[in-house]
Amino acid sequence: MGQGLQNRIVILLPYLWLLILFLAPFGIVLKISFSDTAIAIPPYTPLWDWSDIRGFFAELDFENYTWLLEDDLYWKSYLSSLRIAAISTLITLLIGYPMAYAMAKAPKNIRPTLLMLIILPFWTSFLIRVYAWIGILKNEGYINIALEWLGIIDEPIMMLNTDFAVFVGIVYSYLPFMILPLYATLEKMDGSLIEAAKDLGCTEVSAFWKVTLPLSMPGIIAGCFLVFIPAIGEFVIPDLLGGSDTIMIGKVLWSEFFRNRDWPVASAVAVLLLLILIVPIVLFQHFQQRAEQN
Amino acid sequence: MQKLSPFNITALTLGFAFLYIPILLLVIFSFNESKLVTVWGGFSTKWYASLMQDKAFLNAAWTTFRIALVSATIATVLGTMAAMALVRLGKFRGRTLFSGMIYAPLVMPEVITGLSLLLLFVAMNVTRGFWTITLAHITFSMCYVSVVVSSRLHSFDVSLEEAAIDLGCNTIQAFFKVTLPIILPAVISAWLLSVTLSLDDLVIASFTSGPGATTLPMEIYSSVRLGVSPQINALSSLLVGLVGGGVILASIISRRQISKEQH
Amino acid sequence: MSHNVFAPWDDPNAVPLVEIRGLLKRFGDFVALDHIDLNVYPREFFALLGPSGCGKTTIMRMLAGFETPTAGTVKLEGQDLAEIPPYSRNVNMMFQSYALFPHISVADNIAFGLKQDKRPKDEIAARVEEMLSLVQLGKFAHRKPHQLSGGQRQRVALARALAKKPPLLLLDEPLGALDKKLRQETQFELMDIQEKLGLTFMIVTHDQEEAMTVASRIAVMNEGKIVQVATPNTIYEHPNSVYVAGFLGEVNLIAGKAHRLDDHHTELHWAEGEPPLRIDHPLEGTDGVDATLALRPEKVSISHEEPQAGLCRVQGTINDIAYTGNLSIYFVKLSNGVIIKAQEANSRRLEHRNYTWEDTVWLSWRPTAGSLLLQ
Repeated sequence: MGQGLQNRIVILLPYLWLLILFLAPFGIVLKISFSDTAIAIPPYTPLWDWSDIRGFFAELDFENYTWLLEDDLYWKSYLSSLRIAAISTLITLLIGYPMAYAMAKAPKNIRPTLLMLIILPFWTSFLIRVYAWIGILKNEGYINIALEWLGIIDEPIMMLNTDFAVFVGIVYSYLPFMILPLYATLEKMDGSLIEAAKDLGCTEVSAFWKVTLPLSMPGIIAGCFLVFIPAIGEFVIPDLLGGSDTIMIGKVLWSEFFRNRDWPVASAVAVLLLLILIVPIVLFQHFQQRAEQN
Repeated sequence: MQKLSPFNITALTLGFAFLYIPILLLVIFSFNESKLVTVWGGFSTKWYASLMQDKAFLNAAWTTFRIALVSATIATVLGTMAAMALVRLGKFRGRTLFSGMIYAPLVMPEVITGLSLLLLFVAMNVTRGFWTITLAHITFSMCYVSVVVSSRLHSFDVSLEEAAIDLGCNTIQAFFKVTLPIILPAVISAWLLSVTLSLDDLVIASFTSGPGATTLPMEIYSSVRLGVSPQINALSSLLVGLVGGGVILASIISRRQISKEQH
Repeated sequence: MSHNVFAPWDDPNAVPLVEIRGLLKRFGDFVALDHIDLNVYPREFFALLGPSGCGKTTIMRMLAGFETPTAGTVKLEGQDLAEIPPYSRNVNMMFQSYALFPHISVADNIAFGLKQDKRPKDEIAARVEEMLSLVQLGKFAHRKPHQLSGGQRQRVALARALAKKPPLLLLDEPLGALDKKLRQETQFELMDIQEKLGLTFMIVTHDQEEAMTVASRIAVMNEGKIVQVATPNTIYEHPNSVYVAGFLGEVNLIAGKAHRLDDHHTELHWAEGEPPLRIDHPLEGTDGVDATLALRPEKVSISHEEPQAGLCRVQGTINDIAYTGNLSIYFVKLSNGVIIKAQEANSRRLEHRNYTWEDTVWLSWRPTAGSLLLQ
């Protein structure tokens, strides 16, 4: 029947597109991560033919992975990515929560405007927003000029090309991702719950700790994952704002690929990065599903 | 209406200052006479003029806009189809994999998406350039489109489609005469989102481009690596003004439409 | 039956408009419809009545073509519907949510089906005009649906579904979203329109009063089965099961063992040491079978004095009194603990009421008043 054909096209077209341009490429990454480096174009020697599955298992080449394990640069960059992402997420939460809370408490008629002001920077170029901080943080930047003019410092403080700058960049870029889910949970919270808590003897502050905060947990969890997950694989921020000793895995992958032209090692780095990401992504899904069920 | 407490006002003021001062400084100093970006040397629009004469930037801008328009349009069609498949067609074989592939690109680090697409293009022996970047952008944009459109479809009353069928439409006619006109605002905002994502992308474009196809973010990135320059400030201000103005305009229009519909 | 009475279901020569035979629908393990047989005749106003999840909406959606049967046949005007896609069926539906297209005007909504059929322009315009005046919305032709009140939207939905003059109109809880007063007015409007146009209406509802008011016949459904199909009067006065008796209105149930008195009379032994209750109805089961007497509260009289001979009677004490303004309902506890409701119209003021808590009273009713249900 014509109906069935239409439905099949609606499913198959995007399905095939994603199979070819999203899933298949990962197969290739996996394949190349088991290949040898070569000085050629493309700069790797294929280990096996697609047809020869047995040959693949016989000669599986873990060289790139043992290399990753032995060279502590990679270990350190994975750990440092997790550390930087975790610290930035915490700072984003500490800045984002009061803002989301204040927005949820704001008069109803100005809430849409506040929400748009949060989302607006997200629509402007990410690269430009990161770039804007270079002018602020560098030695001859606005902050140092202002501090020197006020007579607080004599020597400029080194801020650009440090981990601090990376934290600032991540917090700045991902703040909307934290505020939006927080605002969503705080806004729909029943105001009479706080009144009930006060009626039962809570002060303003203890009502916040005992009622508001626990009830906004789903928003906190969602916001933290939305910041933490993309921050791990971030490249632009550590590259433009971080120093030579700020190593993050996205940056390592980029330089393996573009500077060292070592495609197999870059692929192996990508595979391991994916494996690391699976844990928070699965956890996130788990929390989301639980939140939906409640 | 309750008033905001001083604590809440402080939180909002500091928060929005943090969000907007960097952009504001960027725009102000794009009108700086001095070559030193951070020292004010008087008002001037000379950096905008020099930008307009920079062939490399103009070329990159043209390439970027073409890629954005083509990829956003195709991504909107594919993403809307994917959303219809996920929300309307119920269970079909491979649905779990399908929805997984829709959501995965949203959390995938760009370096991985870019690397894997490049390796695919190399393996298939495709000449890299305009079309490879466009294909890459369609792939991740369609996932965003699908998420935006399916959330609209979830709140869409299915009986509207059934009513159209009951009155003599087949499913395709029902989609174009009833469903699409009603979800159009969501489809348009998904398209705008795709355009923005494409205009903004540095990492994936860097992996999938070839000689002769340089996008604006790539051009900005390579000059930013050499340090701040007033010309980049001018370019950034133009982009911020363009996108910010567009978003504000769109939200004013949609708000006016809503208030018109409520009368 | 006289010829003036509209009762095609009693006429063996009448040709049904809708014929449903052995209809079965499963959703996974769940049986939504369990071997349904049903005839609906032209010009009927037929109601499917039952609690939510009983399968009534599924029958309607099968007629419209939005569900396919697992087994069985559905025929419209003698034609099997299985092969006909929903958009070619001679059936239109008025949706519970009205499903008015929000992006086009009232007039365009009404014209939608006609345009889809590619009717000539002037015919469409005339038909839309006619429909608008039928539902008294002429002034609102160019409004959008969101600019109308709930009652007006309901009428647009009706006009749109009627525009193509379908031989069968399906109405899915058409009045569910209206408030009580408007709902009652609209029930009469619906009946007027159905009569004026001479079409067949099939309505799905869970509101028993609505079904009783509008329908020529009611099918009472439960758990995917049709329990009883009959006129509102028969369903109320002669329910065929405890389920139907309890679903429509208030009912007293007295359980016991039924014994044959003669060909036309039955006796119900309901408690040790109490005289049996007479029922003027033949016993259809074996002698001594378990049976339940169903008795409407308004048919039970209450008195201090012993009732006259010939009436069925029981004695008990007043447990509770519910005063609802126009009515008082007395809850009387019998010797075996069963509570019987007796309903009296408050034709006198409350302070003149004769009965109060803990009074011992007689309850009585005519032997023809109740129905004996064997189950």
